[in-house]
Amino acid sequence: MTALFQLDDRPLLSVKGLTKHYGSRIGCADVSFDLFPGEVLGIVGESGSGKSTLLSCLAGHMTPDQGQVIFRTTDGPRDTVTMAEAERRRMARTDWAFVHQNPRDGLRMGVSAGGNVGERLMAIGGRHYGDIRAKAIDWLGRVEIAADRIDDRPRAFSGGMQQRLQIARNLVTGPRLVFMDEPTGGLDVSVQARLLDLLRGLVREMGLSAIIVTHDLAVVRLLADRLMVMKGGHVVEQGLTDQVLDDPQHSYTQLLVSSVLQV
Amino acid sequence: MTEHSYNFAYLDEQTKRMIRRAILKGVAVPGYQVPFASREMPMPYGWGTGGVQVTAACLTPDDTLKVIDQGADDTTNAVSIRKFFQRTAGVAVTEATTEASIIQTRHRIPETALSAGQILVYQVPIPEPLRFLEPRETETRKMHELEEYGLMHVKLYEDIARHGTIATAYAYPVKVEGRYVMDPSPIPKFDNPKLSNSPALQLFGAGREQRIYAVPPFTTVVSLDFDDHPFQPTKAPHDCDLCGASESYLDEVITDDQGGRMFVCSDTDFCQTRRASGHIGALGVPVSEGDAA
Repeated sequence: MTALFQLDDRPLLSVKGLTKHYGSRIGCADVSFDLFPGEVLGIVGESGSGKSTLLSCLAGHMTPDQGQVIFRTTDGPRDTVTMAEAERRRMARTDWAFVHQNPRDGLRMGVSAGGNVGERLMAIGGRHYGDIRAKAIDWLGRVEIAADRIDDRPRAFSGGMQQRLQIARNLVTGPRLVFMDEPTGGLDVSVQARLLDLLRGLVREMGLSAIIVTHDLAVVRLLADRLMVMKGGHVVEQGLTDQVLDDPQHSYTQLLVSSVLQV
Repeated sequence: MTEHSYNFAYLDEQTKRMIRRAILKGVAVPGYQVPFASREMPMPYGWGTGGVQVTAACLTPDDTLKVIDQGADDTTNAVSIRKFFQRTAGVAVTEATTEASIIQTRHRIPETALSAGQILVYQVPIPEPLRFLEPRETETRKMHELEEYGLMHVKLYEDIARHGTIATAYAYPVKVEGRYVMDPSPIPKFDNPKLSNSPALQLFGAGREQRIYAVPPFTTVVSLDFDDHPFQPTKAPHDCDLCGASESYLDEVITDDQGGRMFVCSDTDFCQTRRASGHIGALGVPVSEGDAA
């Protein structure tokens, strides 16, 4: 009985004073937050508010000018900004996953769906063709892609399928932290809804922590536990998703919430 | 025959020195692609400008040179390069693998086992094994640096998924001494086992791409594969029609437009030597009765 309620109170990711400048312009400034295991954090804001810069710094694609990104690895907390590149890249293909807005950035378009899903397995030492293929089929099933499409190139897939394939490719190694950059951007609403459903299921089922960058408030309403609102590189408001969306305090958040079209 | 208006072996001494430094670094780090300042050579790219520069840097007046192209000593490419070094270096040339001290080759490793002291120089068109999977040179260098070679297996995976077996038949990727993944130049995968633990020094030169790499003597070279799809060297399932050899790599020669064909050793020196010592294949005649080829 006690085990059920034993919540892990140590953060998985702890960000302190993260700052990135582009020359004299601010990318993002003095961002700090904690992300706990199993928690989904949404980052919203208008274009140019620094949310993508922040995500790139967190995922190690860009080096921040200041600040710490402390990730709880299997052998204790480590600052990923200062760790060796080899180690960071190894982590990026085991413990982390990155879902790009455009599946073309995250997939190898010239390689079959099975090869795309299998790449991370082979990157961490998978050398048994049968096992890799079985795992790829299993994951294609989980993201609702028919098993007989395994040898097709992503080019032959629709936009929604490409995005689901990208998710399968990222989650196959069982990461603990997923970064998503506008995962539903560019998809039509019904496909978006299915993808969100799928993501929500996978996140809950695998107990993933996720950071989702988006400008779509409906996406964070569905997926995120907590919300961070950014403007001009600064975090202007953060709190529980429902609390921020239903009772916005900052004038920019109020504007953002009231800008959503009601159908 | 030597034209004394050329420096020995065509290249100037400073260039040869620069190439030798690259070769030494390549030997010190087996399988690592060393950049070098490749020179314009008096032949087009694709004809072996990299191999020629490496050979020029290794040649001494006492050397005996053999040049082969697809195993043959008598094709245009081989004849031209041999003549080039006869004119510019005045070195002795031979067609016999055992008598040569330097062998420049395109697309084959001689059938006759190499011995200590010999140098085998490969002509390499594209030195980067990851090129067609990852076009960014900055990224492939990073992958070599950090030993991230999972992508190489993606290529083999694609082969099996499409063809049921690893269909890559030439330029089959290898891992050198447990560290660098290397493109062994477009030799047939039949030759891959000969790369490993060879007593000869193997040098690879890519002229257009400006890279030199090396496999020093007695270095372990392993062909990449999957546990359930192991590496298999392949050749045409025939014996040589001229010399009857069953263990050599074969060329298929179309003899007429009625579907006639014959299989002959791609290594001409190997075939000649066998025929001279009395071996006769299905379509061959004894050497003394005239040239059957």
